[in-house]
Amino acid sequence: MAQENVEFPITGKITSVNVKAGDAVKEGDVLCLLESMKMENPILAPVGGTVTKIELSAGQVVEVGDLVAIIEY
Amino acid sequence: MPGFFEIGFLNLTWGSVVMLIIGGVLLYLGIAKKMEPLLLVPIGFGVILVNLPLGGLMATIVQGKVYEAYIIGGEPAGVVSRIFAYGLAWEIIPVFIFLGLGAMTDFGPLIANPKTFILGAGAQFGVYFAFFMALLLGFSIQEACSIGIIGGADGPTTIYLTNRLAPHFIGATAVAAYTYMALVPIIQPPVIKLLTTKKEREIYMKPQLRAVSKREKIFFPVVVAVIIILLVPKSAPLIGMFMFGNLLYASGVTDRLADTAANAFMNILTILLGLCVGCFMSAESFLNIESLIVFALGVVAFATSTAFGVSLAKLMNLFLKEKINPMIGAAGVSAVPMAARVVQKMGQEANPRNFLLMHAMGPNIAGVIGTATAAGIFLGMVG
Repeated sequence: MAQENVEFPITGKITSVNVKAGDAVKEGDVLCLLESMKMENPILAPVGGTVTKIELSAGQVVEVGDLVAIIEY
Repeated sequence: MPGFFEIGFLNLTWGSVVMLIIGGVLLYLGIAKKMEPLLLVPIGFGVILVNLPLGGLMATIVQGKVYEAYIIGGEPAGVVSRIFAYGLAWEIIPVFIFLGLGAMTDFGPLIANPKTFILGAGAQFGVYFAFFMALLLGFSIQEACSIGIIGGADGPTTIYLTNRLAPHFIGATAVAAYTYMALVPIIQPPVIKLLTTKKEREIYMKPQLRAVSKREKIFFPVVVAVIIILLVPKSAPLIGMFMFGNLLYASGVTDRLADTAANAFMNILTILLGLCVGCFMSAESFLNIESLIVFALGVVAFATSTAFGVSLAKLMNLFLKEKINPMIGAAGVSAVPMAARVVQKMGQEANPRNFLLMHAMGPNIAGVIGTATAAGIFLGMVG
């Protein structure tokens, strides 16, 4: 199975995590919400598949390039 | 009506009733729809207050006679008309709002990708387009300038310019500018979609903009202020304050001043500005066909600015190795950050991998500089 590592495109603070490991996602589903530049930005699933790893918690500060999730498809 | 007891009801006119309803609509949009509430709530309430007869908030004295509505050139005699005369007509409030905006702005995305500066300038073509339209429709050259500048979707700049060139339009242009700022998410997407193919909207842009050093952020406002003011001297009040506010923020040693400029001071100015603009909209000065035309031309100006921004981005793509997503051109209008958010949202819709926010912030900030400069050019021409 192919897998895709989703990375944060922007620095910010996680406000909510919307999926957990084992969840099935469709392309365009919201993985988590990130507060950045005083705005809340959704981070979307680039492919449909199964989330195999997501280790984030609300309030966590993330940098560009940090791992959002691994999706297998 | 002489006597010791006067009642407003007897003095209500159809015009003032219509304006009371408009005030109510503005309050509704601000409170229930959360459209630019920080401005529409003070403006809406101001409209209501000033259209209740005999209140005297905007009273002016001309040759010994007291008038209810604000009269340009008269002596202000009401509590709001004094603020209007010495705050707005003397240009203090809109110019100092630019100080606050500067202190709130991070030029990082623009410095990291300076070619987006072109997009911020390109979107100003809409301003000139509407300017010529207004001229063709028979407005005077001064009025046309004030109408065109609405295309930049920048409230303080619009108020500043209108006050200088066509003060009788200040209510209409100010409300139009702020309304269109709030309507960015409604006006822009159809224009963008019309001018781009799905494939173009899907164009992926790498998220990482290069890191911008503190030294660059300090030099930027100083150098840009010097260059722009040398090029367009009449932009000095707006650009000068904008860059001064930004230096307070970027220098890192004046945090207290930057904090006051961006928060407390800005809030005070916003209250005064909103109330003044609202109170200017009495039935006599606002309910006329010209105001409606100003509103209509304003939306044309704004839509064309968006269209020019997108088209310019497409043109740039012909020469760029690494293609840009043409939607970021739409962010060249100065509604920060609404326009950048629209682009971000549409980018994600077209391609969930895309995250255009930072890429769109570059042209967006450049748009603020561009609109203020366009105002300076107009002032240099006819001011």
